[in-house]
Amino acid sequence: MKRLGGAIPTLFIIITGSFFMIRTAPGGPFDTERVVPPDIMANLLKAYHLDEPLWRQYVRYLVDLAHGDFGPSFKYKDFTVAQLIAQGFPTSLTLGTIAMVAALTIGLTLGVWAALRQNSVVDYTATGVSMLGIAVPNFVVAPALTLVFGLMLGWLPVGGWGSPANYVLPVIALCLPQIAAIARLTRASMIEVLGSNFVRTARAKGMPERITLTRHAIRAALLPVVSYLGPAIAQIITGSVVVEQIFSIPGIGRYFVQSSLNRDYTMVMGVTIFYGALVIFCNLIADLLYGVLDPKVRYD
Amino acid sequence: MADVTLQPGAGIVEVKGRSLWADARHRFMKNKAAVAGLVILVLVAIACFGAPYLGLRSQDDINWDMIQSPPDFAQGYFFGTDSNGRDVFVRTLYGGQVSLTVGIVSTLVSLVIGTIYGATAGFLGGRTDGAMMRVVDMLYSIPFIFFVILLTVFFGRNFVLIYVAIGAVNWLDMARIVRGQTLSIKRKEYIEAAHASGVSNWRIITRHIIPNCLGPVVVYMTLTVPVVILTESFISFLGMGVQEPQSSWGTLVAEGADNLEIAPWQVFGPGAVLAVTLLALNFVGDGLRDALDPKDR
Amino acid sequence: MKEVLRKLVLPAVAAAGLMVGAFTAQAETVLHRGNGAEPETLDPAKATGVPEANIQYELFEGLTTYSPSGDIVPGMAEKWEISDDGMTYTFHIRDAKWSNGDPVTANDFVYSMRRLVDPATASDYAYIIDDVQNASDIRQGNEKDITKLGVTAVDDKTLKITLAHPTPYFLGLLRHNSVLPVNEKVVKAHPDDWTKPGNLVGNGAYTLQEWTPQASLTMVKNPSYYNADKVKIDKVIYYPTEDLGEEFKRFRAGELDVTYDTPSDQMKYVMKNMKDQFQNTPYLGTYYYVINLTKEPLGKQRDLREALALAVDREALVSKITQAGEMPAYSWVPPGIHGWDQQYTDFKTMSKKERMAKAIALLTKNGYTPLNPLKVDILYNTSENHKKIAVAIQSMWKAIGVQATITNQEWKVYLGTRHDKQFEVARAAWIGDYEDPTTFLTLFLSDAGDQNDAGYNNPDYDKLVKDSAKETDPAKRMKMLEQAEDIFLKDLPIIPIYHYTTKHMVSPKLQGWEFNVLDFHLTRDLSFKS
Repeated sequence: MKRLGGAIPTLFIIITGSFFMIRTAPGGPFDTERVVPPDIMANLLKAYHLDEPLWRQYVRYLVDLAHGDFGPSFKYKDFTVAQLIAQGFPTSLTLGTIAMVAALTIGLTLGVWAALRQNSVVDYTATGVSMLGIAVPNFVVAPALTLVFGLMLGWLPVGGWGSPANYVLPVIALCLPQIAAIARLTRASMIEVLGSNFVRTARAKGMPERITLTRHAIRAALLPVVSYLGPAIAQIITGSVVVEQIFSIPGIGRYFVQSSLNRDYTMVMGVTIFYGALVIFCNLIADLLYGVLDPKVRYD
Repeated sequence: MADVTLQPGAGIVEVKGRSLWADARHRFMKNKAAVAGLVILVLVAIACFGAPYLGLRSQDDINWDMIQSPPDFAQGYFFGTDSNGRDVFVRTLYGGQVSLTVGIVSTLVSLVIGTIYGATAGFLGGRTDGAMMRVVDMLYSIPFIFFVILLTVFFGRNFVLIYVAIGAVNWLDMARIVRGQTLSIKRKEYIEAAHASGVSNWRIITRHIIPNCLGPVVVYMTLTVPVVILTESFISFLGMGVQEPQSSWGTLVAEGADNLEIAPWQVFGPGAVLAVTLLALNFVGDGLRDALDPKDR
Repeated sequence: MKEVLRKLVLPAVAAAGLMVGAFTAQAETVLHRGNGAEPETLDPAKATGVPEANIQYELFEGLTTYSPSGDIVPGMAEKWEISDDGMTYTFHIRDAKWSNGDPVTANDFVYSMRRLVDPATASDYAYIIDDVQNASDIRQGNEKDITKLGVTAVDDKTLKITLAHPTPYFLGLLRHNSVLPVNEKVVKAHPDDWTKPGNLVGNGAYTLQEWTPQASLTMVKNPSYYNADKVKIDKVIYYPTEDLGEEFKRFRAGELDVTYDTPSDQMKYVMKNMKDQFQNTPYLGTYYYVINLTKEPLGKQRDLREALALAVDREALVSKITQAGEMPAYSWVPPGIHGWDQQYTDFKTMSKKERMAKAIALLTKNGYTPLNPLKVDILYNTSENHKKIAVAIQSMWKAIGVQATITNQEWKVYLGTRHDKQFEVARAAWIGDYEDPTTFLTLFLSDAGDQNDAGYNNPDYDKLVKDSAKETDPAKRMKMLEQAEDIFLKDLPIIPIYHYTTKHMVSPKLQGWEFNVLDFHLTRDLSFKS
């Protein structure tokens, strides 16, 4: 519980740091190729309080935040940041959760299997196949999927959102790299654990292999996977820019990149705070899980 | 049975103990997949860095008659041409210089910083661990693109800087993994024994904890390299990394991905080289892990 | 088994097919349009781009509007009179209703135009009606009373607009999407949310039903529209399509009926297999390289600029790199404007060999040889297409011994570099706002500020362009502007590369899509073939 207490100052530093950092980048939200006449630019800046001194904008922002107001988006003028995140997050969350569940199921299985048959053909194949998930970038996988399954075979829609069929290809694109990471990490730590003293002892004592595996080996082997999963889950549920763009999915992933490029300050702040809170939360859960998996871990 | 005793100088071969590293090297060499991977990596590196000496056409040579043409072995266009009429094979070789360098440099940066940071945090535990991990959380949340924009603003388009930037972002994951491992290792008996015999904390961290984390760390390194290579391509795509005519595997694959249907060679060529290199690296990593695993003795 | 199949299953399938047929005959007609980027806003006063304009033209209608071929036709104004001195326009508003039943009155236009120039609205395009009396002063804050704007409602059905000086293209200007009317009652009731579905009230052929950012925007037929019985398509859905390759695939899969653009890589395929679906017509825009005249040596030596312009092989670029039927450009103002006589650079008629020879000669004359090469940096913003063109031009310049480097900057940084005049040569493009040469020529007036990123300063040019505003005879006026264009092309502050074409994939089932140089194709003019 006291770890939660540490979250507040962390968030505060994230907010402050980001606020000032993004203002130092060149370019502003209203710069367009069609140069805006100076008087209009002045009006625009005034309307969004960008003409005030930086510290005052900062205080204003904090006060608004305290009321739950993340401000209007500078780019998508008809919506507030909160509205955009609220609309997009459920989509990214659903997609990310499905992908992660799939990745965990397949990745853990592959990893354990490969570890049990270390250095055999099975091991190499499993490892090689799972590595393709990371070696082939998602901006190749995604268009390839739409090309083959959407256009050539016509089994699934090429893009859009709304029906269950729209989920299939994006989930595949999202989970492939995760399968690779989870499988590899599981395999490595599983191998270590299998060779460790307590497993040898358990086997020597004549414990059935299945119990040895599940009760001892896998629990210990999961530790690095859990460390990896903390931030990985935060990342996957906030969506992937590439996947959302290729499949035209209304999630929040694209905002992470676009808002920076658009200098949409309020949006950048909004997604940064949101993501920061998620990261802190996921890492806290991961820490709790260490304690469950390895009772020797204590946080004193 | 009579006792066979070893007498110095008695003509009986002395049993020489093997050092740790020689032992590891021996085990690595026995791992066929790892050795194969190593050979491939070396070959790729030689081809890429030795490209200027291979007598090939230059990477910005435009052939107006061969725009986006399929592979033509007769003319030496092994991977075909891109939409500007340039030789994709040559560009892949030169691109490899960038990707391999990024892969190595950034991964090493993230490895060194991440391992030391994570081990220290996990070892010291308590409030210090909490604070150090909160710092990691904070750094995670920084909008990466802004970070890169600012770097290019302040330091210009210095490539080394970009590599460092990428490494600076990737050490966070490494730190978390190492910290997790440390938390579970530090309660083990041999650590307590070391404490008891008065070994300094720093030595414990470097001599005992870090080597025992090597398994996941080495594996995670092989996972970091592809991420780093792709991050570089993303940065370059945004104009903050390598500039034309220089490219990298990541940017070549990205260009090719747009033309998947009509010019598949543009993706398959560099993509295959990238995939093969990463797979080779993968097996080398596994081999290293196996070789250095203290328990497999 | 086969008997069973034939006797039972086939008739059943046939019956089902008939039922489906009957059912779809009564179903509503839906048009699926790809629209490029997600719209930034639906508020006419605040919009800046084409994706926004497309949607706004469905929801709102101005005094004048577009015919399918781009002619100026009556919109909310049934007829109008123009005073002899060209300074006063009187519009007669037709009987039309807003989608909430309110009648459309002249006051709606007064309110909307005042709102456009009101500094508090912070409208990007406030300057578009600068020709209206006091508009420019109000938007710059010199005139605090917005009621002084030269737009008044004589009565509910009569609108009077007074100009600051005669403006021959004014009727066309009134079609611009920032001048579309908005419903005062609704805007005042929901100041921050009036554009959301449920709140938005428009006088156009369609009303807003649903809007999921980054996914879709759905509009349905507006029963209150004055011409509702001529509107054939019941529902139109706009999709943001940022990835052109994916948009093209969705079109091929039948998920989209119209695309916003077509990837240049697919051109060969399209020309071979889908030519009848490819709407490829001239579009009022020019793609060019702008030269920074404040930097040496290009700024001071016209010969060098001409050498660079000569060495660009526009025909090769257009046929092998962009491949979308673009027209090689030897002018600044693109063709297609009624009454405009196209002006060209004088090297248009030279053969490629002659141009290259002259280019090399010009360089040598000024001391640049392969041993002492001219060094130039080309700036472009992140985009595959800009990159391809820059790489090609870099090699074309290499052929005359010029060493060019190319620099890619991310959009905002690139804009800053251009507006701060920190570049040497930069890629640029300009699309006309309305159908008149001034939408191009005013860019390079010496007092145009940052917009004139070349730093072009020619008093003769300035005088011709500014004086043309006072010329009432349209033919004489065009002649003055043609002379200005001539001077401009002789000075070569830019290297024109190509004139734009539209690149829409349009389903063969759709009819009503006609060539129109401003490229606005309103759904109310479209229908599906039966």
